[in-house]
Amino acid sequence: MLSTDISVILPELLLAVYAMAALMWGVYSKNTEAVSGMILWMTAIVFAVFGAWIGFSPEGTSTAFNGAFINDGFARFSKVTLLWGGAAMLVLSREYLARNNLLKFEFPVLLSLSAVGMMMMVSAGDLMAMYMGLELQSLALYVIAAFRRDSLRSTEAGLKYFVLGAISSGLLLYGASLVYGYTGTTVFSGISSVVGEEGIGLGLLIGLVFLCTGMAFKVSAVPFHMWTPDVYEGSPTPVTGFFATAPKVAAAAMFARVLFDAFGGAVAEWQQILAFLSVASMFLGSIAAIGQTNIKRLMAYSSIGHMGFALMGLAAGTEQGAQALLIYMAIYVTMNVGVFAFILNMERDGRPVTDIYALGMYSTVQPGRALALAALMFSLAGIPPMVGFFGKFYVLTAAVNAGLVWLAVAGVVASVIGAFYYLRIIFVMYFGEKADPMTGTMPVLHWVFLGGASAAMILGTINLFGIPTLAGLAAATLLR
Amino acid sequence: MDNLLSLVTFLPLIGAAVLMFFLRGEDEMAVRNAKLLALITTVATLFASLFILAGFDSENPGFQMVEEGAWLGGLTYKMGVDGISVLFVMLTTFLMPIVIGASWKVEHRVKEYMIAFLVLETLMIGVFCALDLVLFYVFFEAGLIPMFLIVGIWGGKDRIYASFKFFLYTLLGSVLMLVAMIAMWYDAGTTDIVRLLNHEFSSSTLSIMGWQIAGGAQTLMWLAFFASFAVKMPMWPVHTWLPDAHVQAPTAGSVVLAAILLKMGGYGFLRFSVPMFPIATDLMQNFVFFLSVAAIMLTSLIALVQEDMKKLIAYSSVAHMGFVTMGIFALNQQGLDGAIFQMISHGFISGALFLAVGVVYDRMHTRDITAYGGLVVRMPVYALIFMLFTMGNVGLPGTSGFVGEFLTLTGAFKANTWVAFGATTGVIFSATYALWLYRRVVFGDLIKESLKTITDMDGREKLLFAPLVFFTILLGIYPSLVLDMIGPSVSALLENYNAAVGTVVETATNATAAH
Repeated sequence: MLSTDISVILPELLLAVYAMAALMWGVYSKNTEAVSGMILWMTAIVFAVFGAWIGFSPEGTSTAFNGAFINDGFARFSKVTLLWGGAAMLVLSREYLARNNLLKFEFPVLLSLSAVGMMMMVSAGDLMAMYMGLELQSLALYVIAAFRRDSLRSTEAGLKYFVLGAISSGLLLYGASLVYGYTGTTVFSGISSVVGEEGIGLGLLIGLVFLCTGMAFKVSAVPFHMWTPDVYEGSPTPVTGFFATAPKVAAAAMFARVLFDAFGGAVAEWQQILAFLSVASMFLGSIAAIGQTNIKRLMAYSSIGHMGFALMGLAAGTEQGAQALLIYMAIYVTMNVGVFAFILNMERDGRPVTDIYALGMYSTVQPGRALALAALMFSLAGIPPMVGFFGKFYVLTAAVNAGLVWLAVAGVVASVIGAFYYLRIIFVMYFGEKADPMTGTMPVLHWVFLGGASAAMILGTINLFGIPTLAGLAAATLLR
Repeated sequence: MDNLLSLVTFLPLIGAAVLMFFLRGEDEMAVRNAKLLALITTVATLFASLFILAGFDSENPGFQMVEEGAWLGGLTYKMGVDGISVLFVMLTTFLMPIVIGASWKVEHRVKEYMIAFLVLETLMIGVFCALDLVLFYVFFEAGLIPMFLIVGIWGGKDRIYASFKFFLYTLLGSVLMLVAMIAMWYDAGTTDIVRLLNHEFSSSTLSIMGWQIAGGAQTLMWLAFFASFAVKMPMWPVHTWLPDAHVQAPTAGSVVLAAILLKMGGYGFLRFSVPMFPIATDLMQNFVFFLSVAAIMLTSLIALVQEDMKKLIAYSSVAHMGFVTMGIFALNQQGLDGAIFQMISHGFISGALFLAVGVVYDRMHTRDITAYGGLVVRMPVYALIFMLFTMGNVGLPGTSGFVGEFLTLTGAFKANTWVAFGATTGVIFSATYALWLYRRVVFGDLIKESLKTITDMDGREKLLFAPLVFFTILLGIYPSLVLDMIGPSVSALLENYNAAVGTVVETATNATAAH
């Protein structure tokens, strides 16, 4: 029934319509500068409202287009996380874009298109639908990575991202074709029943490996992480902030969706792959960041390490693991929103500053902001009582309960190594060499996000705002 | 009052929040208010904690004043004290006003300083009260944050190195414990410490990659906990962070570190390692004995050659903690009683010694032993007080130091004569380095020009030392005050331990269990 199908994908449809309407408005308006600001605000509001709409929509699982599109608790949780994270980053980016003459209406339009893609990704119930969503997301992101057209680094970032992203898409498609060849279907439930009946043969296994490779590119797991630091560094900071939040959630959720929904009967086969990706990412993310003094590159390596932790939940291959993944991503997005609210305002004499030593003795200049950032850094490092610790705690619990004790041990060792560079930022701010104070003023809105995120890191200790329960319900729908 | 423990735990945090949000300005008045508010908060906490002591029934070996509430999925917020932990809570609340008083001369970022110490107090009390594994871990680890900042912001010139070393060293130990805690949760289905104490963890031999591990899961978990507590304690050879942290920390930071933070390691052994993994404890007894005796002998010798007063006392702390671990793993009444007593007494004595170093450091701004000499001429009161605590450190009868050392040595003697023999040499060494330090700093002729104008302790400083002097002597001549409180809990712990070991191992340990 077409009408029921449409009602299931209504949010995606409306968002796509909105994106096109906004595009029209931008193109046909005279005063682009003012209109761009308005479109950006509107897009943020639309994201937030859609997030709320999806979040408060009735429970239950419904599928559309013969199972190609699934709207279940898992998808809804991921969509809410990515939409709200995206909305926050949009709101935060306005000032920066305006200051750097980047406030163009294409920016919010491209972001809404990528959001449609991401929503498709997390809801996909079919390899083709998944690929469509992935490409829609990626193409939009390639463009905004190169959004500062006159900057060599930004265009380099965009090109690099595009070339490597295209390779990963190719690998993914190749894997998908193998899976289709050996199972005769592209629908996840169909693949799952074939795997359940006949087990996983060599051909299917190779297909699975290629699929995993393609998706590991998207979540920037080691050894497919090479693009991340360059793209993070080269892109304009708001774009970097966006990369660090919504697309990561979408890619991780899609990864979980494919593995659990399509290959849920062969956990033992992909567990090793995931465990390897997880360990390698955690260690590389921790060790490679030690040498970084550019805060954007540092956050890139930090995101690699954090994705390693998130994948640890996935490697567990249990419902608890999926729950831990969702909790981890929600916490991770919150932390990144706070940190990027700060990074966006790091500037001196109108020029963005990315060197962490520019924060020298920042705590004497701006005690409030320094304290908020320090709380976020401790949280990223996973030191209790900050919420970041509980994110790690949940994935470690999932790993230990799934018998992957060695993975948990490797994870905590990596987290100690990683703690070093987060601590270094705190050290620079609180007892480092005094640097020239930064001149950037912080808009109230940024303060709200920075302060709110860091307050959440501390207050969340009480009950994590109920996220574990919601994530538990969401994970339960994934593993029917 | 039903939630007395929570009140005592979080009272300092409330004080810190008030300081953070309501105290503005950098002027003299604000600085003064920050100090006063911190002092009032810690004193109020001390008074509130006296109710714990008053309400504590020392005949009852179980947990008292238990509070329980639901927390994150499966975890509980559970607090309670027994004979082992109650005195550590008291030690903390008792020392904190002194620590704040010792910081009266701090001029640099006073408000933040006081906030850091108040937060630290909450976390320290929380460690000793927590009756949930993860709650314990949260308090245990969170203590690193304020201490990192205290060493880093208000420390000496190598503070950056010291603070990072302190943080990462202790963190690495602790995270392994976290994995073991999760494994325990998985195995027992609960994180409630009271229930875990009655849970029997598997001790059948495991084979991992061809390695036969006697004691199985218990041994692995024991080792993970050991990694954390041995670093925190600190035991030789993982003690190297301590001298660095001590030397760089401000006086008050050193006092807290030596007097309270180190005790978390010993407390952890008593609360987790021994009662929860008895088989592994039994297997590892000789290993710990070896490390303890090595710590006592080696670090005493290292202390002898130190040029820096704080470093000397720091190494002596490591040696004294060696007595504690030896006492705990002697696994008899005297040993355990002695270990707890030694920790309490070391809290007073080492705290006082670091304060004493702080007194001369405030005047001369150096901790070099060679920069001093003949202080007795100009500072008679200081000489007297420093002497008392030096004697306490040596373990002179009549001071609390003697009781702890004597009991742990007795316990060790019953368990293994050679261990006691080795440890006793440490007593001799400690006399050597402590008395030699005293001679070089206090006695001799006052020949250094710079010391000619040094002034004796003022009223504030005397007031700080008074309670420490009182308790060091009181516990020295009347140790039952402490021993009666810890006795029942310790014997209950030993009973369970012997029962657990006795049912599995049919060897010589059974003889110990029998008597």
